Amino acid sequence: MATLEIHDLHVSVDAEGGPREILRGVDLTVKQGETHAIMGPNGSGKSTLAYSLAGHPKYTVTGGTVTLDGEDVLAMSVDERARAGVFLAMQYPVEVPGVSVSNFLRTSATAIRGEAPKLRTWVKEVKEAMERLHIDPSFAERNVNEGFSGGEKKRHEILQLELLKPAIAILDETDSGLDVDALRVVSEGVNRVRESGRVGTLLITHYTRILRYIKPDHVHVFAAGRIAESGGPELADKLEEEGYEAYAKGGASE
Amino acid sequence: MAETIPAGSTTDGVIQVGQPTDARVSAPASYDVADFPVPHGREEDWRFTPLERLRGLHDGTAVADGGVKVEVTAPEGVTVETVGRDDARLGKAGKPVDRVAAQAYSSFEKASVVSVPKETVLTEPVRIAVHGEGGTAFGHQVIEVGAFAEAVVVIDHTGDATVATNVEYLIGDGAKLTVVSVQDWDDTAVHVGQHTALVGRDATFKSVVVTFGGDLVRLHPRVVYGAPGGEAELYGLYFTDNGQHQEHRLFIDHDTPHCRSNVAYKGALQGQEAHAVWIGDVLIRAAAEGTDTYELNRNLVLTDGARVDSVPNLEIETGEIVGAGHASATGRFEDEQLFYLMARGIPADEARRLVVRGFFAELVQQIGLPELEERLIAKIEAELEASVG
Repeated sequence: MATLEIHDLHVSVDAEGGPREILRGVDLTVKQGETHAIMGPNGSGKSTLAYSLAGHPKYTVTGGTVTLDGEDVLAMSVDERARAGVFLAMQYPVEVPGVSVSNFLRTSATAIRGEAPKLRTWVKEVKEAMERLHIDPSFAERNVNEGFSGGEKKRHEILQLELLKPAIAILDETDSGLDVDALRVVSEGVNRVRESGRVGTLLITHYTRILRYIKPDHVHVFAAGRIAESGGPELADKLEEEGYEAYAKGGASE
Repeated sequence: MAETIPAGSTTDGVIQVGQPTDARVSAPASYDVADFPVPHGREEDWRFTPLERLRGLHDGTAVADGGVKVEVTAPEGVTVETVGRDDARLGKAGKPVDRVAAQAYSSFEKASVVSVPKETVLTEPVRIAVHGEGGTAFGHQVIEVGAFAEAVVVIDHTGDATVATNVEYLIGDGAKLTVVSVQDWDDTAVHVGQHTALVGRDATFKSVVVTFGGDLVRLHPRVVYGAPGGEAELYGLYFTDNGQHQEHRLFIDHDTPHCRSNVAYKGALQGQEAHAVWIGDVLIRAAAEGTDTYELNRNLVLTDGARVDSVPNLEIETGEIVGAGHASATGRFEDEQLFYLMARGIPADEARRLVVRGFFAELVQQIGLPELEERLIAKIEAELEASVG
């Protein structure tokens, strides 16, 4: 059973006047089949946690450990982490001109699965996954994220999640910028992957709205670069009513 | 791709109206090298070129020694001749426009003339292999296609050489000529060439310029129209590596009504001191009513340390045209793009390949020569392997 273990993680970014610490000792364990919601005010370090786990070069890990089934994730390159089973659905997916969605998906699936998927079954697999996410078939021939609306970009991220079937899925503010219809479509996609029971999900969000569609097992409140409080789904209800004011002190680090 | 411009480069477009001549040449065109002063490097048409790497082609010190071999393979029906300087077919497409082209014109001893008789439709290409064996040479090549004839000519440049050449394309009325010029030189070669096409009435000229090799390559593809109804398509593809200087300076002279031109050049750069220059000059003279022209240059900078200068220039002297436009952009392969692809399990070198293949794919398809398509893709892969792999 896949387990992601984050222990005492400290992360800095380069800023004017030297490195600035953003994560200040994060402890979290995510097991396959579980869904953890990470909630927190802007600037609390939620996105930094997501990008650090994926290995973005902008962030420097200054302390702590991250392991996936005992393997040292921090020692892996970005692509190695993805092949080991870590998937990051990005808040701001990047445009890649000249590379079509179909070519991108196939290249990625080939890398993750270790062999090229058989063409006939692959075409069907992609087509069905796109239909489920209400993505027009013409997107397959468009360049990756180029000219996509915000909602289209998020659905494209979840399409990759469905096709790549990671062990650990990190969803970085996948709900931001979505209208209710798009939020429902995207949430259904995430739930299909969760129902397989094979993925551990780290759902990073500012709002409780998405938790009506994706029910977390655990809710963590992030503040000032670490987890300030953990609980069950009822913690989200409390945040819905009271907001983040109680945690806001000492924030503003992102 | 973000339309950011790497440090130290310029990308600008200028629309000028009412300049009656080819504004970028520092002296009037002439067959005689003595009519051109030795360039010092600050002239508009020389300012991007590292003169010290021209091995004397520009200042009269380069001496021909014959160390360059030219082989022509032509299908039946095509005449291949070696002629003297006084042959009437030489110099018809246009005069040399800079000192090196004039030096080549003043210095060659024998010229090669390839003729496709009128109404002859070739099913096989004419192949011209230029192979450098470390020597210095001044060349002159004429390719003449008679009325309503159709031909494809492939010129391959390989090996190591220092060469200055003029190539003339004389395209008869209603004829169709496609020329593919591949600069696959060793990374030590210096090649300066002027390619001038004289497009006949209702004739079609397609030029494909592919530059991968050379220490310094500076080409001057030019199009003039002899009569109305002519069409020119100029495609170019370059891959500029570590230390290479690859410069393409196009000029299309619309001096005749109802002619069309379309230019699309794309280049990728990687490595320290890789320098690509693209100049696209289009002049629509007052007489050229009904002109339709478009030019495009795109560059993809893969690593730090590479430099692009891309300068489209459109001069329009009549409003009675169908269309005129230009576009130039230089994009970087961004760290964020690399991160995104790698975050999907794709290794860094493969991610770079994916982006470069995608960048060139549209142009390669547009060229529409299936045999060349495969060769180009294979060559692009090899270039990437060599420097990334």
